[in-house]
Amino acid sequence: MTVVQFVFYLFALTLLTGGVFTVVSKSPVHSVLWLILAFLSGAGLMVLLGAEFVAMLLIIVYVGAVAVLFLFVVMMLDVDFAELRAEMASYLPLALVIGLVLIMQLAMAFGTWELGGGVALHELPMGTPEGAGPHNTAALGLLLYDRYFILFQLAGLILLVAMIGAIVLTLRHRKDIKRQDVLAQMYRDPAKTLELKDVKPGQGL
Amino acid sequence: MTSTDLAIIMPELFLALYAMVALLGAVWTSKDAAASLLCWLTAAVLVAVAVWISLAGSATNVAFNGMFVDDAFARFAKVTLLLAAAIVLVLSEGFFSRRGIQHFEYPVLIALAVVGMMVMVSAGDLITLYMGLELQSLSLYVIAAIRRDSLKSTEAGLKYFTLGALSSGLLLYGASLTYGYAGSTVFRDIFAAANDGHVGIGLLLGLTFMISGFAFKVSAVPFHMWTPDVYEGAPTPVTAFFASAPKMAAMAMFARAMHDAFGQAVADWQQIVALMAVLSIFLGAIAGIGQRDIKRLMAYSSISHMGFALIGLAAGTQAGVTAMLIYMAIYVTMNVGTFAFILSMERDGQHVTRIDGVSLLSRKEPLTALAMLVLLFSLAGVPPLVGFFGKFAVLTAALDAGLPWLAALGAVGSVISAFYYLRIVYYMYFGSEEAEQIDGSMNGAQWVVLMVSALIMVAGVINLFGVDGLAANAAASLVVN
Repeated sequence: MTVVQFVFYLFALTLLTGGVFTVVSKSPVHSVLWLILAFLSGAGLMVLLGAEFVAMLLIIVYVGAVAVLFLFVVMMLDVDFAELRAEMASYLPLALVIGLVLIMQLAMAFGTWELGGGVALHELPMGTPEGAGPHNTAALGLLLYDRYFILFQLAGLILLVAMIGAIVLTLRHRKDIKRQDVLAQMYRDPAKTLELKDVKPGQGL
Repeated sequence: MTSTDLAIIMPELFLALYAMVALLGAVWTSKDAAASLLCWLTAAVLVAVAVWISLAGSATNVAFNGMFVDDAFARFAKVTLLLAAAIVLVLSEGFFSRRGIQHFEYPVLIALAVVGMMVMVSAGDLITLYMGLELQSLSLYVIAAIRRDSLKSTEAGLKYFTLGALSSGLLLYGASLTYGYAGSTVFRDIFAAANDGHVGIGLLLGLTFMISGFAFKVSAVPFHMWTPDVYEGAPTPVTAFFASAPKMAAMAMFARAMHDAFGQAVADWQQIVALMAVLSIFLGAIAGIGQRDIKRLMAYSSISHMGFALIGLAAGTQAGVTAMLIYMAIYVTMNVGTFAFILSMERDGQHVTRIDGVSLLSRKEPLTALAMLVLLFSLAGVPPLVGFFGKFAVLTAALDAGLPWLAALGAVGSVISAFYYLRIVYYMYFGSEEAEQIDGSMNGAQWVVLMVSALIMVAGVINLFGVDGLAANAAASLVVN
């Protein structure tokens, strides 16, 4: 067993364990934590495939944003998960049947999927091609900032419009609250606002 | 990306940068107090960009591997929509500042929407097209709801947003099918994939869904349902904007997608566009009859006018595209003038939009009433005003393209729609004394726009100010015959 194989099995097993415990663990918070573990192992598998950009994306987007959002939702919403789980038991047979059908469909689709040149999908070599050319992060960057420059910038403009829109339509400036004035704070002169007094012991001011 | 690519998108780049600088400047300094100044400044910038583009010569420049096309067609559309947006901004400034509801974001959003429209009409690729469309639409959703304390404005914004998102979904679905079956998102490659006169069933499905998306944006029947509610609910300057520049942009984008990408399969989309044209003309003409609110009436009027412009497109020929461009340029001019008047409709400081508000206007303001009479006759297509020549051009194009039934139905529809324009004229000259009449006074900018627009409708009869020649050049750069 080579190192690569060992690492693959390590990540694969962790991924499966994480997935199973996400489903079966009693506490929803634990479920989310197991889910994060599954995401991390998935990212590891992606690195093994040579798709380091997808791996980093998985960690930044899913672990960094989505999972944390889940965590907040789970902690803040008062959902009785025990009750939901009890209901789930009655639907289990149906869920199993649907799952089985889906797996069979996927297997059939992959079995007959032929790529150009008559190569079946499962005969494809795994991973990205070795050798020359930039890393895939660099390659994506080259596409995004060069060939699709205009589209990328337009997407940025659309996000700007979305931000302006959200502010225009929702922000209300309240007049009756005190606001922080940073400049006024910075320009405050201690000599004008502070007064030192020599207080005699036992006399007070 | 090379510096040549950047040089080609320079006007768009400049406008986008201006919008960002204006936004930052206003946020940092005086916020809404700068709104009036910003409206005028933005209008000036839009006009400057229009002049810049119109001086660019007649070459066809392709940038970013065909994703962005700058040809005579795009320049014609851009100049029209830039000028329309500038005039509407000037009109809006008076309306908003009179009521003390200025937002400095309004001119910025208009500038960004115009960038989106310029990209739309220059799109040489499905992705560019979608990006431009979304940039435009998103800005429009926001300005429809910009009077957030008004129930109707909020409703208009929400309705427009929901239905607009749905139509974007249709368009994207069609685009993905087109990409799947043509193997490319670039128009010239799709053009090559559909080169034997007809497209395959998959591509046809994609084409149909994309047409549905476009039809929503130009508010053609059966995708027009949002138009009356949004036009009525949005603040009147915003309605004026909706009825001018975005219509021009959407129509130009429609024509570009049809001719640049599916130009070899005219027969496949011709029937769909022709059907939509007929339905739009008749629905706009008949449903407009019952309207009592002038903004709703203008919505139905715009649906009907879009039907006529679509006749030009349905002809599928170079002459058809020329006619469509002439029609749109005339339509935008008439609409801007009419809205200059609608914006001035007030009674005791309150904005009035009931049609009978114009009753007996001719006694108080004979000159204004006369200008409106000219504009309304022109909208109805009464000869010898310029509006007639627009209708004449599209109907001739349909006739020459072998669609006599389409031309005949268009003529019938135009007669029906004349009814509601003439009714406004009737109110202005013979209306009743009891109706809640408007004051009739206009501010300087409104008066100038109304008069110039009416004057164009009369003086343009001589040679259309050379617009027909420009439109013919533009169409020649789009349609390969």
